[in-house]
Amino acid sequence: MSRRLAQIICAIFGVVMFLLFFSPHPAARTIALTITTEYWQVIYAFALIVGAVSFLRVNVKNIQRGQDSGYRIISLIGLVAMPTVAIIWGIGANTPFMWIFENIQVPLQSTVFALLAFFVASASFRGFRARSLPAAILLISAVVILLSRSWVEGQFASGLIATADWIRSYPSMAARRAILIGIGLGSLTTSLRVIVGIERTWLGGGR
Amino acid sequence: MDISTLIAGLLTIAILTFLYRDNPIYKFAEYLLVGVSIGYALVIAWTSTMMDLLFEPLAGGKFSLIVPLTLGLMIFARMVPRFSPLSRIPLAVLIGSGAGAAIPAMLGPRILTQMSDTVGNVVGTGAGPSFSGIVVLIGLLATLSYFYFSRPHQGALGLSAKIGTYFLMVFFGATFGYTVMSRMSVFIGRAEFLLSDLLGFMK
Repeated sequence: MSRRLAQIICAIFGVVMFLLFFSPHPAARTIALTITTEYWQVIYAFALIVGAVSFLRVNVKNIQRGQDSGYRIISLIGLVAMPTVAIIWGIGANTPFMWIFENIQVPLQSTVFALLAFFVASASFRGFRARSLPAAILLISAVVILLSRSWVEGQFASGLIATADWIRSYPSMAARRAILIGIGLGSLTTSLRVIVGIERTWLGGGR
Repeated sequence: MDISTLIAGLLTIAILTFLYRDNPIYKFAEYLLVGVSIGYALVIAWTSTMMDLLFEPLAGGKFSLIVPLTLGLMIFARMVPRFSPLSRIPLAVLIGSGAGAAIPAMLGPRILTQMSDTVGNVVGTGAGPSFSGIVVLIGLLATLSYFYFSRPHQGALGLSAKIGTYFLMVFFGATFGYTVMSRMSVFIGRAEFLLSDLLGFMK
């Protein structure tokens, strides 16, 4: 019953949202805006709380079992500390909340992001071998793009920026557009399958 | 040097120790990042969504918000196995309305605009088709034929698909180049912070 009801609600909301897009009536615009800005955001926010509670439960369970207890306690301290300092001192400028964000979260996040530069470079060093024509094209394209924004461009090859821009704007754009069209067609058919009830994996298991 | 710079610098170094291998210092920083990030997301969701969009307008008399509030509360049923089927209702609203909104959204910018921009560069210009416009048109058709799997890639379709792979390689190469550059620029930023702010080697 629950699955059938959920499917019916899904189909109704799907058809309504689809039809609202084509209606120029202000009331239709308001309803569409209400669903996208209020319903979606509020449900997302509640889902985030459920996710955080689930994270808390999994970590507490693993701490009780003695699996990576020390590290998990650090995670939980971080999780509890942010809302706690936000409740006590607020989230404005020069608050402990912003201090943790600026001096702990931002450096950690950007360094993890920067760390990938080494792994990408190392993977390319091992993987970039011009063994076939497609591999050679990949290599040339990447090298031209990389060199166009380096000191080589100014010193030895003055046309590199123009070549790199042409690659990005035309042959690369052609493949990018084909991929976008593919994504669009895929999303379109998946949406239709969800609305008519062929695609039901989102319902999960159980009754 | 103040305590903020010291902590930020030590945490930066803690993450960079992973370049040697996975180690307890890196794991400490990694777990801390996960916890702090979730805590931050929770606080932002609470202030910008729950308070600004829900509770404050509700307290101000906007009772239509009881519907999203009820739907949101139903999500909590997921945590109690006996009532977990109830959580499908808000998911149905979210997925159904998302699917309904996605159809025109995908049809417009993702499909029709891309096709129109491609063909427009070849036939829509008063000066006649440009070489670059023809390259894009051929590249688009060839790449699309590569993703057509309903027939074996033989004969004309095989040739077209092969040309499509060359265009895909150009795209992957260019994307790789830009990705490396963006990651490198972030790394340079971190290195600059360590060398100037933390160690004082650069002024």
